[in-house]
Amino acid sequence: MSSGTLYDKIWDLHRVADLPGGATQLFIGLHLIHEVTSPQAFAGLQDKGLKVRCPNLTLATVDHIVPTTDQTRPFVDPLAEEMLSTLEKNCAMHGIKLHGLGSGKQGIVHVIAPELGLTQPGMTVACGDSHTSTHGAFGAIAFGIGTSQVRDVLASQSLSISKLKVRRICITGQLREGVFAKDLILHIIRKLGVKGGVGYAYEFAGPAVDNLSMEERMTICNMAIEGGARCGYFNPDEVTFQYLKGRLHSPNSEEWPRAIKWWGSLSSDRSSLFDDEVQFDAAKISPTVTWGITPGQSISIDENLPEPESLEPSESLIAKDAYKYMNLKPGKKISGLPIDVCFIGSCTNGRLSDLQDAAKVAAGRKVAKGIKAFVVPGSEQVAKSAEAQGLDNIFRQAGFEWRAPGCSMCLAMNPDRLEGQQISASSSNRNFKGRQGSAKGRTLLMSPAMVAAAAITGEVTDVRDLLPNNY
Amino acid sequence: MNQALSFPKGIISKIRGQCIVIQGNDIDTDRIIPARFLKCVSFESLGENVFADDRTELKGSHSFDLEENKGASILIVNQNFGCGSSREHAPQALMRWGIRAVIGQSFGEIFHGNCLAIGIPCATAAAEVISELQKIVIMNQNKAWTLDLNKLLISNDIKDWKVNIKAGPLEMLKTGHWDATRRLMHNDKELTRTMESLPYLKGFNDGVKMKSNRI
Ligand code: SF4
Repeated sequence: MSSGTLYDKIWDLHRVADLPGGATQLFIGLHLIHEVTSPQAFAGLQDKGLKVRCPNLTLATVDHIVPTTDQTRPFVDPLAEEMLSTLEKNCAMHGIKLHGLGSGKQGIVHVIAPELGLTQPGMTVACGDSHTSTHGAFGAIAFGIGTSQVRDVLASQSLSISKLKVRRICITGQLREGVFAKDLILHIIRKLGVKGGVGYAYEFAGPAVDNLSMEERMTICNMAIEGGARCGYFNPDEVTFQYLKGRLHSPNSEEWPRAIKWWGSLSSDRSSLFDDEVQFDAAKISPTVTWGITPGQSISIDENLPEPESLEPSESLIAKDAYKYMNLKPGKKISGLPIDVCFIGSCTNGRLSDLQDAAKVAAGRKVAKGIKAFVVPGSEQVAKSAEAQGLDNIFRQAGFEWRAPGCSMCLAMNPDRLEGQQISASSSNRNFKGRQGSAKGRTLLMSPAMVAAAAITGEVTDVRDLLPNNY
Repeated sequence: MNQALSFPKGIISKIRGQCIVIQGNDIDTDRIIPARFLKCVSFESLGENVFADDRTELKGSHSFDLEENKGASILIVNQNFGCGSSREHAPQALMRWGIRAVIGQSFGEIFHGNCLAIGIPCATAAAEVISELQKIVIMNQNKAWTLDLNKLLISNDIKDWKVNIKAGPLEMLKTGHWDATRRLMHNDKELTRTMESLPYLKGFNDGVKMKSNRI
């Protein structure tokens, strides 16, 4: 059993009671809700005649179903319109703040809470969405929950939950040029497996993390869940504090010194015990691309697609399935594979630095003929900052579409979707069968810079060949 | 649909009503409520769509469409019923159609837990018992059934059959503690104490009372 880790410390601070059957009642410090998983939870409250316990610790936004082209109300899709108006009604009835379209604060739930300074070290964060693990980048325990648990948190600001084990993922070395946080986490998931993290929280630590920005840390924690770990986290440090300073909901200047003192005390102790430890050398990682139907099925850009027989027996079956679905052959390289659609966005890689990395590749170039390429900022704030830097023009001039914020083609609950067997280069987090809106659609996950490179050449490309100091 | 029946509340010890049968092993939650019905804002309309695709295929001869099964509340199934995705929509759809208890050889684990959370007992019974019950119900010999959680029996006015419910869930149903939300709300004093001890809710200052308006 772990002890002395940040996970243990936050767990103990938020423990309300031990429940019959061995679960713990855990207090939730920040509850984020959105239009897809909250309506039934609110209906559940109504059925039971209950109120929201802590509306002032609850924040709502709309992200999954919003169109990214024309956002005038009512939406063209009546179901999408109904979902948003239901959220509006529920928030109004229960006194919950909703950052709606055009508020300047709307965006993907996992993008806006950090940028508003709501996500802070030492908190427990819950949301009816599996990528809530993102918020662990701040040194919080953050995890996704199901609809009935959303109802429980609304009613009681707490959850019945069991403690996870903790695995320390020690990262040494520095990422080389053209290699990003996305490549690092894809590589980790490939090595540990998509089920490898089941039952664990992942602590990302080691000498390399000092140089990772908050946005990079968010990308890594975001995909912890794709490796099976319900939450992932970094210990808070100077990088965390600098990011939070001066944000809307961050502690004010009077509280600030006390806040950073407390935050600093939360980090895993030197003498912490972990249930498991693994190590990765970031310097050895190359741009990484998925070729299959799970985020664990990835290879380096310079590798050949694996023979199913060369994989573990448990992996070889799904590899065969993946080859059939993706219409790919073992033994070939992934680079050079022609692409139809390029999507830059999502809660994994829809932040300002992601758009900057992609814009560096796109600047002064043209999207290849026949490719549909579009950029969807993760939030209205991201869009605004990007536009202030002229990134929207760089993308437009290169032939990308510049869209309004939302989840978009990450899961295609809005009009952005693949058609038929189209294949996409995507900066999102899931390449499951049919994930991007077509039952036969195919998804290759990669870093935003790699997506931009694919858009320019029309095929999977090593982004390092397009960087200014090509080496 | 059986709208006269109110949703489960409090102590659950006896379920009286008519039985209905769904035959087949491994009936997953996608069949109970197909994925397209998840794009919705409430569970309310799920009742009419329970088993939607199976019912369309059978054009009126599905047991949930038969006139004689109207108002049934005890569902008799076979093995591994409710396997597959974790969607709470599945038990909700059954409940909103009118089902108040399920008896089967075995159940998908998450489905079983989701049923318990809304006060629907899932009782198991031996394969012979299930097939005998299904035969009698299909032949429509008897309409008045009782599932008794205290005696762990399913009975009509002629005969009793033994059923089983795991000790934990049985206790929760019989004491009315199956509702996780209520159980969590019950500890509100302890919750307030925990909340008041959290530095980030009181300006990181030990002496200070909670900030009332964080968001
Ligand atoms: S961007 Fe994708 S993964 Fe993130 S919250 Fe939206 S749908 Fe979920």
